[in-house]
Amino acid sequence: MIATRALTKRYGRLLVVDQIDLDVRDGDRYGFLGPNGSGKTTVVRMLLGLVYATSGEIRVMGKPVPKQVADVLPSIGSLVEGPSAYGHLSGRANLALIDAAGTAGSRRTRRRRIADTLDRVGLGGIDNRPVKRYSLGMRQRLGLAAALLRTPRLLILDEPTNGLDPQGIREIRDLLIELNQAGTTVFLSSHQLSEVEQLCTRVGIVNQGRLVEQDELAALRAPTGRAIVRTPDVAQARDLLDGRVEHSEADRLLVSGTDTAMLNAQLVAGGVRVSEISAERRSLEEVVLAVTSSGSDRVGGPARGGIPGPGRPGGGDVLEQGDVAGREQP
Amino acid sequence: MIRVELVKLVRRPRSWVSILLLCGLPVVVAVFVAVTHIAPPPGQGPALLSEVLSSGTLYPAAALAIVLPIFLPVAVAVVAGDAIAGEASAGTLRYLLARPVGRTRLLVAKLVTLIVYTLSAVLLVAGTAYLTGITLFGSKPVAATPGGLTTSNIAASAAATSLSGTAMSPTDIALRTIGAISFIAVSMLGVGAIALFLSTITDSALGAALGALAALITSEVLVTLNAASAVDPYLPTRYWLAWIDFFRDPIVWRNIERGFALQAVYVLVFLGAAWAHFATKDVTS
Repeated sequence: MIATRALTKRYGRLLVVDQIDLDVRDGDRYGFLGPNGSGKTTVVRMLLGLVYATSGEIRVMGKPVPKQVADVLPSIGSLVEGPSAYGHLSGRANLALIDAAGTAGSRRTRRRRIADTLDRVGLGGIDNRPVKRYSLGMRQRLGLAAALLRTPRLLILDEPTNGLDPQGIREIRDLLIELNQAGTTVFLSSHQLSEVEQLCTRVGIVNQGRLVEQDELAALRAPTGRAIVRTPDVAQARDLLDGRVEHSEADRLLVSGTDTAMLNAQLVAGGVRVSEISAERRSLEEVVLAVTSSGSDRVGGPARGGIPGPGRPGGGDVLEQGDVAGREQP
Repeated sequence: MIRVELVKLVRRPRSWVSILLLCGLPVVVAVFVAVTHIAPPPGQGPALLSEVLSSGTLYPAAALAIVLPIFLPVAVAVVAGDAIAGEASAGTLRYLLARPVGRTRLLVAKLVTLIVYTLSAVLLVAGTAYLTGITLFGSKPVAATPGGLTTSNIAASAAATSLSGTAMSPTDIALRTIGAISFIAVSMLGVGAIALFLSTITDSALGAALGALAALITSEVLVTLNAASAVDPYLPTRYWLAWIDFFRDPIVWRNIERGFALQAVYVLVFLGAAWAHFATKDVTS
């Protein structure tokens, strides 16, 4: 569906996207994850032909982008960096304008399609108030409606649940899953792990412009080969499972081996009360934190081991600190 | 796509407010002149205004002379400056392009909309001014200015009041006014092309409009400067007032032709630059 090869984008000397090889398959719900400023949006814009790559290749539905992007864009619905609309017009008027623009949808069916789409995103009963009086969540839904207007084969969505409340997020997630089951490929760019974890089947993780991980979500979250046991009888359990306990805390044990049913039987037979037992899986958060650095919106100095205070030894290899110390002790 | 852009223009309150203001100013001027019967002395104030007391049929031309120096270029620059930059800052540009609307097609649609806006503004100003003129000053036939060799606004007005020229029939005035209207519309298109080009460069509609106006003010300053006479024939506002030559008898074509040609060059160059830049730029708005 989407394939890029060594996709690279430079703005002047700044390398924003570095040799990315995306592989989004037909029918995927693909989660494109990364910290803020890691190049996600630039990649999305390149996929849509808005920004031109410095080097590398993009194919969307088999067509080269941006050369033949006009052939595939009609079957792509997109939401890039938030929805936008003409504030002085109503939601319906906005959809009618966007539908009439460019490779236009049929005029005869326009009114009905707009009504259907608004229904789908939960704006079916909207009145004629101008969009500038919509709430953030309503704008988000309207943006989604614009993306869905032509029943696309591929949805490229950048933070689609921004500004929605938990019910709204749930609703949109269900809608996306329903669309996906009807054959739409969903490409979701986000920094919200829970959103991706609950929706996506495949995940690509980007960090500082590089694709650092790309796999099935299930594979990334594969069992670690350990089981988590919660029990009030920690000491007893340790004795019973001699050697298999890798780590223990107040009421929690990490036990090697994945057969939780067998483990449970063994513990109960030994008289250990088990309040919870499950196979350990890496959470998506752990996966992401392991391969990414903090986002570009964090503008701090390099991490230090603490600032030396008056009573503490000024042990630092940081230059200024050495300077100050030098002046204090002539 | 052109229809979509026209719908946007028509449904935008700003378009109507600006045209209303453009039409309103000449009406205000006309009311003052009609009530007091104090026209500016020949050679001062807006061109042709001193003649309208004798016949309202000249008022469309006088009205255009009133809005031409500032109001009309401001309105055109605002609309043209908003064309791409406005979509960019509203965030709608990316959705239009991803629709997909070809970049060239979008630019052409914006240009057509700009032409429609400019023409309607000029025509509506002329139309309301005609009605105002007829109502307030009557419609007696007037005399054309004798064919003078002078080119300046001031001299033209002075000659016009001599009333020593041949009488102009209403059809004659209508034809001359149409000529003047098209000349002014083309001059405004020159402004529009500059603003449209800037609109593709910046994401700020205001910046693009002000940039175009800054170019015009620079040009107006240089036109009056003898030291800048070397570049004088190439300044965008150099022939702006040449439409007054339509009201001489016989019509003096020399500056009118040069004015048309100069504006055509400006329009072509800046539209070409706008296209070249917009077609290849990264849309990051």
